[in-house]
Amino acid sequence: MLAPLFDNIPLMIMLVGMLVGIASTLVGTFLVLRGSSMLSDAIGHSIVFGIVIVWLLTHQQSGPVQIVGAALTGLLTVFLTELLVNTQRVKKDAAIGLVFPVLFSIGVLLLNLYARDVHIDTHTVLLGEIGFVWLDTVSIGGYPVPQSLLSMGAMTLLNGLFVLVFFKELKLATFDAPLAKALGFAPGVLFYALLMLTSGTAVAAFDAVGAVLFVAFVIVPPSAAYLLTNRLWLMFVYGMVISVLSSVSGYYLAVAWDVSIGGMMAVMTGVFLLLAFLAGPHYGLLAQLARRRGQRRLNENRTLAVHLYNHEGEPEQAVENVTRALREHLHWDAAKARRVVQRSREQGHVLQEGELLHLTPAGRAIAREILEPAKF
Amino acid sequence: MTILDWLQDYTIQNVVIGAALLGLISGVLGSFAVLRKQSLLGDTLSHAALPGVCIGFLIAGTRNIGSILFGALVSGALAALLMLALTRNSRLKTDAGLGITLSTFFALGVVLLTYIQGTNNAAQGGLDSFLFGQAAATLRSDLWIMGGITVAALGLVSLLWKEFKLVSFDPSYAASLGLPVVWLEVLLTVMIALAVVVGLQMVGVVLMAAMIIAPAVAARQWSHRLEGMVLLAAAIGVGGGVFGALLSALSRGLATGPLIILSVSSVVIVSLLFAPRRGFVWEIVRLRRSRRRLRYQQVLTTLYQLAAAHADSRYRSGQGMIDTYHGTSTQRALRKLHRRGYVVRHAAPPEEPNTAGQWVLTPAGIHEAERILDSLGREAL
Repeated sequence: MLAPLFDNIPLMIMLVGMLVGIASTLVGTFLVLRGSSMLSDAIGHSIVFGIVIVWLLTHQQSGPVQIVGAALTGLLTVFLTELLVNTQRVKKDAAIGLVFPVLFSIGVLLLNLYARDVHIDTHTVLLGEIGFVWLDTVSIGGYPVPQSLLSMGAMTLLNGLFVLVFFKELKLATFDAPLAKALGFAPGVLFYALLMLTSGTAVAAFDAVGAVLFVAFVIVPPSAAYLLTNRLWLMFVYGMVISVLSSVSGYYLAVAWDVSIGGMMAVMTGVFLLLAFLAGPHYGLLAQLARRRGQRRLNENRTLAVHLYNHEGEPEQAVENVTRALREHLHWDAAKARRVVQRSREQGHVLQEGELLHLTPAGRAIAREILEPAKF
Repeated sequence: MTILDWLQDYTIQNVVIGAALLGLISGVLGSFAVLRKQSLLGDTLSHAALPGVCIGFLIAGTRNIGSILFGALVSGALAALLMLALTRNSRLKTDAGLGITLSTFFALGVVLLTYIQGTNNAAQGGLDSFLFGQAAATLRSDLWIMGGITVAALGLVSLLWKEFKLVSFDPSYAASLGLPVVWLEVLLTVMIALAVVVGLQMVGVVLMAAMIIAPAVAARQWSHRLEGMVLLAAAIGVGGGVFGALLSALSRGLATGPLIILSVSSVVIVSLLFAPRRGFVWEIVRLRRSRRRLRYQQVLTTLYQLAAAHADSRYRSGQGMIDTYHGTSTQRALRKLHRRGYVVRHAAPPEEPNTAGQWVLTPAGIHEAERILDSLGREAL
């Protein structure tokens, strides 16, 4: 019954892509919020070293022991980085940029040296081979399940479980580390656990998307989600939705243009981020512009109301409270003056009688709200 | 092959010159990047160069180094701009901005790379070498371009030396002097993109980050002056670059990038450990020395205060009691005090044999203890 499902190659590829995205979003959300996004870059690169070592030692590429072993190199990177920072000789960003290239370099050289013994070439290291995940299968209950699907599924479950169980603690440790510490939640330990899971996810995702594209899956969907919402749980939801959409759209575009599937999926996460950046409901660039324009218009209306209110019922009213006078007294050009008067009339703040502008009760209320704020 | 043969070998000449140029430009510009806490910008700019490499190739139709490097420069600059736009106009922080541009530009590069491979263009061979670098593929004509870029960048740095220095250390003061701080910062960023462009051929896009950071961090340990740091970083960059590139050219099948990075990084490790004053080893030695001196002074003043409390300048203190008082073994400190003649062992009279070995202050010891206490200020005790 399930056999056609596992024989469906496109489905398998997209599923692996989705799982990479979902598992990465689960850990990436906290990394982005903590401002440690670039650690995923460092981890992604340095697990290459771990993967090669583990392969040379055990001659097996997948399995829990292999994943944990290789993931330890990710943790090693973080540990060495903090060690360097603690000597106070090197700043944090420089320390990150010193440690991972070394481990990555050793990994690449080992690949060069043992090229015949190792299942991966340097190309795969960077790009992954998500298009070929269906080639490497294990039989479960008689069905040929892709190895990548299995390990990514396991990592997704593990990450999901970690986030669910420690949601409260992670939330507190992310937004208020000192309080978390004071309450005895050991934010440091939690963070290391999070990084261990990030490394594990990187190792599991390595065959599919390689070392660098992994970074896109960790950072970009949570960042896009961060631009869309203020709620942590919604960030997870949006991040996962973006991962799924990127995986599906990336697959079809890649097939249509005959390009790297993993690369295209990562590019699509970027496209969604750009969309969120431009058109997000509250933090989007367009929303910001609209808000600013609304604010400006409101100010113009208020200025007009105050001006009219000041001269209301006074002798010079006939001279002051006409559209023409606004040019001189408020330094508005003719077009602007006409536009503001027009808008104020439409909104029922101002009435025009011949040339003379009158405030309506609503318009007067606006002016008094500004001039006599104490009464409001 | 003898050394003379080596030096006359065309490929090796190219490799050495190319690596030297790379070391020079990345050492100098990296110093500014590290001082301005923009180390990871090099990482982002180098990854972001990949789509530019591919587009340059697509436009030129051949592996024309000029158009490839120009493409790399443009896409690096675009990435920097995008990163600024993202962090200035949204609530994303710098690290997220760096990571986003790094990974999505690189992904775009991967997509373009596979697109080019799909077109079966015969000239595409060698584009892969921009991932990890392939020093042996360097041509004489490439060197002219790399050299031109390096000379231009170094010329700019020496022309605007004072301005760059000020912007790196105190941007707000620079702004108050009326310097165009934003433009200077943009210029420094663009020049890092230039260094990345020079390095593409030698170390590749992935490891270029370390080439920006490592020489500068190593040089920082040896010098407290910007002049010294920049010169030293250039020297370390050139040395590490040439050494790594030679290793790669002489060994078959070892990628150049990793070898260069490892040789430069070993200079970093040595510098962090052994540089005078800042070296970590010296600090540990200093720390141990001062801890030991402190212990020795503590023991001496303890003996003095015991004597004072008992109003007996020849008061005898047992070793065990002093140990208990300090919560640790004081044997070493006492031996040192004994060597300097500040304490002597009590020669026990026959009627009190169990007082043998107890410590007694000498007049010199009393004098020394008073001097230490005076220097600390007695009221503090």
